[in-house]
Parts: sequence; C-alpha cells; structure tokens
Amino acid sequence: MEIEETKLTISDIQESELAEAKAINSIRESCKLIPDPDEWLQGEISRNVLVTTIDAVLDWGRRSSVWPVNMGLACCAFEMIAMANARFDIARFGMELLRPTPRQADLCWVCGTITWRMAPALKRIYEQMAEPKWVLAMGSCAITGGPFRESYNVVPGVNCLLPVDVYVPGCPPRPEALLYGILLLHRKIGRGTIQKELAEKIEEWKQKMSLKAYLKGMWR
Amino acid sequence: MMLRTEPFVVNIGPQHPSSHGLFRLRVTLDGEVVKDLELVLGYLHRGIEKLAEGRTYTQNITLTDRLDYLAQMTNNWAYVIAVEKLAGIKVPERAEYLRVIIGEMMRLSSHLCFIGFFLNELGAYFTPLFYMFRDREKIIDLFDMVCGQRLNYNYMRVGGVSHDIPEEFVPALKRLLDEMPRLIDEYEQLLSGNEILLARTKKVGILTKEKAINCSASGPVLRASGVKWDIRKVDPYSVYDRFDFEIPVGSVGDVYDRYWVRVQEMRQSVRILKQALEQLPKGETKAEVPFLLRPPVGDAYGRIEGPKGELGFYLVSDNSIAPYRWHVRPPALLNLTALRELAIGWKLADAIVIFGSLDTILGEVDR
Amino acid sequence: MTVALGVEAVARKVAETFPVTTITTDRDALIVPPESLLQVAQYLKDTPGFDFGYLTCLTAVDYTDYFEVVYHLTSLKHNHSLVLKTRCYDREKPTVPSVVSLWQGADLQEREAYDLMGIVFSGHPNLKRLFLWEGFPGYPLRRDYL
Repeated sequence: MEIEETKLTISDIQESELAEAKAINSIRESCKLIPDPDEWLQGEISRNVLVTTIDAVLDWGRRSSVWPVNMGLACCAFEMIAMANARFDIARFGMELLRPTPRQADLCWVCGTITWRMAPALKRIYEQMAEPKWVLAMGSCAITGGPFRESYNVVPGVNCLLPVDVYVPGCPPRPEALLYGILLLHRKIGRGTIQKELAEKIEEWKQKMSLKAYLKGMWR
Repeated sequence: MMLRTEPFVVNIGPQHPSSHGLFRLRVTLDGEVVKDLELVLGYLHRGIEKLAEGRTYTQNITLTDRLDYLAQMTNNWAYVIAVEKLAGIKVPERAEYLRVIIGEMMRLSSHLCFIGFFLNELGAYFTPLFYMFRDREKIIDLFDMVCGQRLNYNYMRVGGVSHDIPEEFVPALKRLLDEMPRLIDEYEQLLSGNEILLARTKKVGILTKEKAINCSASGPVLRASGVKWDIRKVDPYSVYDRFDFEIPVGSVGDVYDRYWVRVQEMRQSVRILKQALEQLPKGETKAEVPFLLRPPVGDAYGRIEGPKGELGFYLVSDNSIAPYRWHVRPPALLNLTALRELAIGWKLADAIVIFGSLDTILGEVDR
Repeated sequence: MTVALGVEAVARKVAETFPVTTITTDRDALIVPPESLLQVAQYLKDTPGFDFGYLTCLTAVDYTDYFEVVYHLTSLKHNHSLVLKTRCYDREKPTVPSVVSLWQGADLQEREAYDLMGIVFSGHPNLKRLFLWEGFPGYPLRRDYL
C-alpha cells in the first residue's frame, strides 16, 4: 500500500495574507469612536411588577458568574493572571473560569495594547461572543493607546473597535483596582432590564403573526 | 491500493490559552505530525524603536520596561549600560551592588513564571502556576517596597539607580532567601522526577551545539545545548567578577535540559544574592549626570545576561538629547530562529511544548 | 573579558587577502563595500585566528545619505568580538547580500530590516514582511517616514 502525498501551494498561503491585509486596511479606514452603551439611563420606561422581579433574578444570575475570555495581550495580562491566582482571588466573584473560547464567555476584558494588525481578530472574537456581553478596557493602552499612542501601529483605544462598559486606568492597574472595576461592572449589570429586549421580541412576533403577512405567505 | 493523505493547514491563532502572548503559528499537519511550521508575528508590534527616536535618553527607560514584561528591570539595566558606554559615565559602587541584587531577583521571578507557564503547556493546567505565583508575589512585594510599583518599575537611571532602598528591605530579603532553597527543593521534588514530565520532555526537540551557535541562540537555550557561554562570566559587567557562582550547562539539548538549566540558575541566583547582601557597601546611588544628556557622536552596544538570553541595546547618537537610532537585540526572537527545524517531525502537542521551552515573551519579539 | 579586536590589524589582514576591495575603518568598526561582504564574512568566519562563528546582532541604520547595515560578530572559541559595517548609497532600492548561508541567526533579523527599513537582502530564502502586513505603505523606521 503506497501513500501519495499532495502538497499545498504557496499561493494559498499568500492569498490568506492578502485577505488579512485587506481586513486590516478596511478596519483602519472605517473605524470611528463607538459611544459607550448606556442603556441603564433609560429611566422613563414604565416598569410593571412582574418584569421587575424577573429582572432582579436574571441580573443576579448574570452578575454572579461573569465568565471572562482570556484576552491578555501585553503586560496587563500578568496583572490579570495575578488576580486570578490565590492572593487576589477572583473565584469569590464566580469569575475564575477564564475561557479560552469566546463562545462560552460573557466578558471581553482587553488587557494590553491593541495594534491595527490585531484589530480584525479582536473584532471577530467580540462578534463570536453570545449576548449579553460586556467589555472592560484595562490599562491605559486599552483606554487611549497609552505610552504608544503616536505609534504607526497602535489603535488609540478599544472604543474605536468595541463599545466599552468599564474603563480601569493604570499602567498596569493593580489587581485591587481591577477588582473595583469588576464590582462597578456588576453594579451596571444589576441595573439592566430585559424590558427593551422583550418589547423588541413582541414587535417581531406581531409582524410575523399579522393577517396581512399570513395572506401574503399563502399566495407565494 | 493507493492511500492518499492530504496535509492541511491549522492556524493556531493570535488569541489562545497558552499565555506567552500574541503569536500565530501556521502549522501544516499530516495527521498529527507537523510537516511545516510558519511563525507569523507582529500582533504586538508597537513601534517602540521609532517612538524612542523622539524621546530623551531618560524618558526611554520607561519604554524599555514594556519590552520583556516579566523581567523589566533587566531591560532597564541593559539600556542604561549602553548609554553609559556611549557617554562614558562611571557608576558608584553601591549602585552597582543594588543593580545586581535587583537583577538577580528579577531572574528568580522570571524563571518562576517560566516554570509555571511551561507546565501549563504540558497539561498541568494552572496548578503549578498557582504555586509559582504565590512565591512571585513575595518577590513582587519586595519590589513594591523599593519602587512603589508591582510591574513596570522604571528603577534604573543613567549613572545609577533612581533612589536608595528603604531599611526594611534587607531583612525582608534575607527572610525570603532563607526560604527560597526549601521552595526550590519542593518544586524539584514535585516536578523534576515526575513521570509524565520526563516522558514528554526527554529527547524531545533536541538542539545540537553547532545549530544553537549558528542560530544565534543565547541564554539558557544555548547553555542547555552544551555551550558554556554566560556573559556574566566571559565578559563581566557591573561587579559580577566579585561573586562566586557556577554556570549550569546541559548535556543533550532537549526540552528537559532547558527546564533543568533554569531551575539550577535559580539556585545560583540565590547564592549570588546572599553574597551581594553581605558585600553591600555604603555610598551614593547615582552619579552626577546632566538633566538632558547629550552623549558624543558615535555608537555603542551594551549587553547583559538577561533571564531569556543576551539582551543588548545598540545606540547611535548624534550629540542631541534624543538617540538617532535605538535598537534592541531581542533574545526571544533569536531563540525562535531554530523553532521550525526543532518542531518538524514531532506531533502538534510536542511542537507546543518545544515552543514553550524556548521561553518567549512577545513584547520583546515584536517590540 | 571579551576583547574587541583592534580594527587596524584586522583591516590590514583582510586587505592582504582581498586586494581588490576597499576596506576602511571608522573608529572601532570595519567597513566593507556590499559587493565583497559575503567573501569577507566567509573569511572572518573560517580563518583559524578569527573564528567568528556567532552573529550577535544585525542592525540597519538610516543616515540620510546612505543606509548602513551593522553586524556584531563574536568568537566563542577565542572570546573576541568585531563590528562589521557595510554602506549602501542607493535610496530607491538598497540591496545588500544576505548572510543567512553563513549564520542562520540572521534570518529573522534581515526580514525585520527589510520590513522596517526597506533594505532588500539578495539571496534570502524567504524575504517577507515580518511585523507589518503586506500592503503597509512605506517603511516606518526611515528618517523620512511621517
């Protein structure tokens, strides 16, 4: 029995490199500052009792076990790892599982400098996470670019790419500072409400279930 | 009957659980065996060399911190040695001893991290890392006492160190040094005789002597292949010629030797620290250096033996307050030159272990 | 102690072996034109008195009139070192022969010099950009960038 091998051509690899270059250039030209998500400022929505209780239970569940994705890019990653270890225990907040895969994660904490080359990968990982998800910008490089702001390859802040919920300043921030940032994030999650999501879903069902849409569907 | 196999390319992408940083490996696999390996870098390229041309010599010390972010003060030290060579500045004795003490503590801290992450890659996910970080926290507490920072210290200055150590430092360091040999014995007992570690690392990824020299490897990688080359002995800088210590040298050049050399280096570091503490003289901690330093026209190459290898800085000056050219000789990048030949022929899991044993830090590779 | 070899003596010896090329010295470095770089490097690596088998560092510097590639060589056997420089006066497409065949450690460093400065190393097996992506406009570390 003979085994015949086929070889991959060089052009396949070059195609992938060109595609990567195209992705980087398109992000670089089209990015603008994304405003911070501030849904908790909605305020004037009338809340009925049933939804408030459900809200409270869901928010308690969501904030007690936020699983972060392992997004340690540069020096801040070591403060993140130090926080996950025995001294500054993050397991008491339910966050000790640093997931390598974004599919199982809720929190994308960006620790370290982001470069234009890394930007498409970061966006892709954020898009792969399931709702509800939050973003925490850790360290001055993630907030504004840090000491490398004027460089040709550094993104001036994560909020050019992703909507950020909490900013934790420092270079690098001490693990105690990061813990305070996480507690602020928990407070923000606690103020969330599912009313907006429910209203959107009800609208969607109404559209589907309307008589007009039914008759239209019949005639196709 | 012909069985045709097709090699396929797997992308071990920039974000992954092995915490060495943002590197990307494009691996061509035939089943589980690695046929070809390509390293794609640049995901953390911050353009530090260009930025340094716009800052003064003293401001650049903060940039050197962010290069190898596990052993920051050794980066500061190498840069400051290069500037002192360029400008012809002599450093007072107490400052030299303080630099040696801090440098060896950084070596301990960096090697502890290496053991933790190396065992991560072998599969002992996070348990040894917890132990290593527990001891690293003790060392970092001492740095906190001296510099006020837990990471990114910025302690060395051109002509000495930035300020003197407080009084509590020496007794606290003595207590730590009394504990350290027992802790290293504990790790060796748990790890070095472990069957799984031995089976997965002995005779894996052998780097021969000639190949190591040709590939410009340095540091523990070179010493594990059998070359007795340590800059602290062959080209002593600072006050290293006054201490009595040994250089551990491996015999085979496989992954186990690279791990073993680093554990022995930790013991030698403890030895040097004890001698330095006894010999620490009184005196000034910084020479008289002008605020905006203008070195004469010329170039200089200053180097030290860092925990990853030979860390060097090549500076070109044109008699202005900022350097004309600022270049880092990154030991981690040069140790990676041999990765492709080392990993071909092994299975994918072994390739990751070989990569981990070379001890790279992407901040230094990408700059 | 690693001794930096006296450049005048080395220059004389090299000039004896290669009488066609012009060897100059500059303070503490040996300057060789790019055409004869490979031969001189091979001679320095193989001759028993020199034995420069270890390439410590490879850098490129942009002085606005010319590009200069700097090689720091070390001999592990005799514990001495030497600085070798070569100058390239072409601004549009500077070309320097590659020393990868002699010292494999030059591989990634030459790719970096090509990526950031634009110096083409002829004879390099895989001269691609290392840190920046294909299609990045310009070469950042040149003095006239930005």
